[in-house]
Amino acid sequence: MFLSLSIICLTVAVLLAQVNKMTAKPIAEAKAMKLQNAIKEVVPAFDNDPVAEAYKMSVAKGDSLLVYPAKKGEEVVGYALNSTSNNGFGGEIQIMIGFDMENRIINYTVLQHAETPGLGSKMAEWFKNEEKPSQSVIGRDLSQGTLTVSKDGGTVDAITASTITSRAFLEAVNKAYLAYSGSKEDARSGVTEKKVAESSSDKSVEVKKEENSHE
Amino acid sequence: MELIGIIIVAIFVNNVVFSQFLGICPFLGVSKKVDTAIGMGLAVTFVLTIATIVTFLMQKGILEPFGLGYLQTITFILVIAALVQMVEIVLKKISPALYQALGVFLPLITTNCVILGVAILVIQKDYNLLESVIYAVSTALGYAMALIIFSSIREQMALTKIPKVMQGIPIALITAGIIAMAFMGFSGIDQVFK
Amino acid sequence: MNNNLKILINGVIKENPTFVLLLGMCPTLATTSSAINGMSMGLATMFVLICSNMVISMLKNVIPDMVRIPAFIVVIATFVTIIEMFMNAYVPALADSLGIFIPLIVVNCIVLGRAEAFASKNGVFASIFDGAGIGMGFTLSLTLLGSIRELMGTGKIFSMTIYPEQYGSLLFVLAPGAFIVLGYLIAIFNKLQHK
Repeated sequence: MFLSLSIICLTVAVLLAQVNKMTAKPIAEAKAMKLQNAIKEVVPAFDNDPVAEAYKMSVAKGDSLLVYPAKKGEEVVGYALNSTSNNGFGGEIQIMIGFDMENRIINYTVLQHAETPGLGSKMAEWFKNEEKPSQSVIGRDLSQGTLTVSKDGGTVDAITASTITSRAFLEAVNKAYLAYSGSKEDARSGVTEKKVAESSSDKSVEVKKEENSHE
Repeated sequence: MELIGIIIVAIFVNNVVFSQFLGICPFLGVSKKVDTAIGMGLAVTFVLTIATIVTFLMQKGILEPFGLGYLQTITFILVIAALVQMVEIVLKKISPALYQALGVFLPLITTNCVILGVAILVIQKDYNLLESVIYAVSTALGYAMALIIFSSIREQMALTKIPKVMQGIPIALITAGIIAMAFMGFSGIDQVFK
Repeated sequence: MNNNLKILINGVIKENPTFVLLLGMCPTLATTSSAINGMSMGLATMFVLICSNMVISMLKNVIPDMVRIPAFIVVIATFVTIIEMFMNAYVPALADSLGIFIPLIVVNCIVLGRAEAFASKNGVFASIFDGAGIGMGFTLSLTLLGSIRELMGTGKIFSMTIYPEQYGSLLFVLAPGAFIVLGYLIAIFNKLQHK
């Protein structure tokens, strides 16, 4: 009795281990693909591997966002940021948002949310409706100040009947901007160093060393 | 504060029956009388709490360290089935009174998806042990509450005249739909506790 | 062959798991917010049903009666895990939207019920046809329920627009709609059967 049950269990374990081995790679690839596609959607065309070059940028105490720099050649053309807010109607909202080099939002995509379907879930489209500039966040320049909903005296129209979702969404956007400006600050100091290195060939060795030590 | 949020959400906002659709079969099956509803609610609370603790420890202690995450479903269901048997035997020995009250419901619980559902959900939500236990208890309370509310309505309904084709399950489902509408009013209430 | 065909049709109409046997209610209600979700859930369950019915009918003489149920559960859980892995690998978006209800196929009373009531007593081929029939009945009911909810909620079926979205009632996509639509469908099925 126990023998037959143990034999069944053993066979099953071996079988599952095999299937697991078989599907582990496609599962990992599918996940990587999803991330890659989300990044592609929100930044201009790039030729580097943003996922490999991703780093963490802290925005507040104990809170940091993943930043994916998109580069064309050596030049950074935009940043994709994985930002979150815990204040959604149904809990956490996770977005991928892209900025160009002039503080403007290029595009965003919602990665994960638990908002009410048909109400809060509209955020996936609502804030990129370019026919209605009062609700779209695309192309907004965040160096002019952070975004808030019009009910709170801001410039963005909230989703009808979903103010809490809208606030949480904008919170994530503003948080992303914070990390973005932080990254840009870091990058600028790096870029100027590089320019110095090119113009004065004598000192180039010295400066390059310094640059390396920064990394 | 976070813990209060978990409790409120699990009981009212994401009520197992009315918004997560777990444990519907026993929900429709044993909700004809308030007494049986209370018995089932208690039995679920009892088993769910123990099962969540055991499966949580299994996951963190055995499956994850050895990279056996893919055996999660199979391990959990076996643990739950064994646990229900054990609870039945132990209860029979230790507390015949409690066994009398809950005994008939115990065999039904293995295939109640609330148990397996919550065991998997607490792992997915990345709760720690304390949060998991609190989540399990409040989910079970939410389940018991749903059962009791529903059974009292059905006791009344048994006395009313209902078109023949609607009798039994159809009218029960439509009633559940109306209660679910009422429960939608709770959504967002956890914002208060932030 | 004729007999097998009968078994197949039996599962779709006479013993339709959703509308007649009233089994497997949780996935029926939870995953039918759209036609495509309902259909995929039905197909995943059908796969598990066919495979577990087949294996259990093959093993029925080997498994001692005492440990019958645990052995069945192990077999079912194995196929559930396999389909879960494949869905994660090849249709991750779908796996995301069905979420926890894929592993919960294990506790779907339909699967264990068929193992106990049919596969443990019948031959391999008949069991496969029974699994396919019941699975098809389940898939059709879930697709029907999903289509109705999607149509009434958003004006679409399988994401094809039938009428403008703003005339739909969101309620049907949300939790209450699931209960209400299923309630009326069962009532209609009752009416048709008793004619």
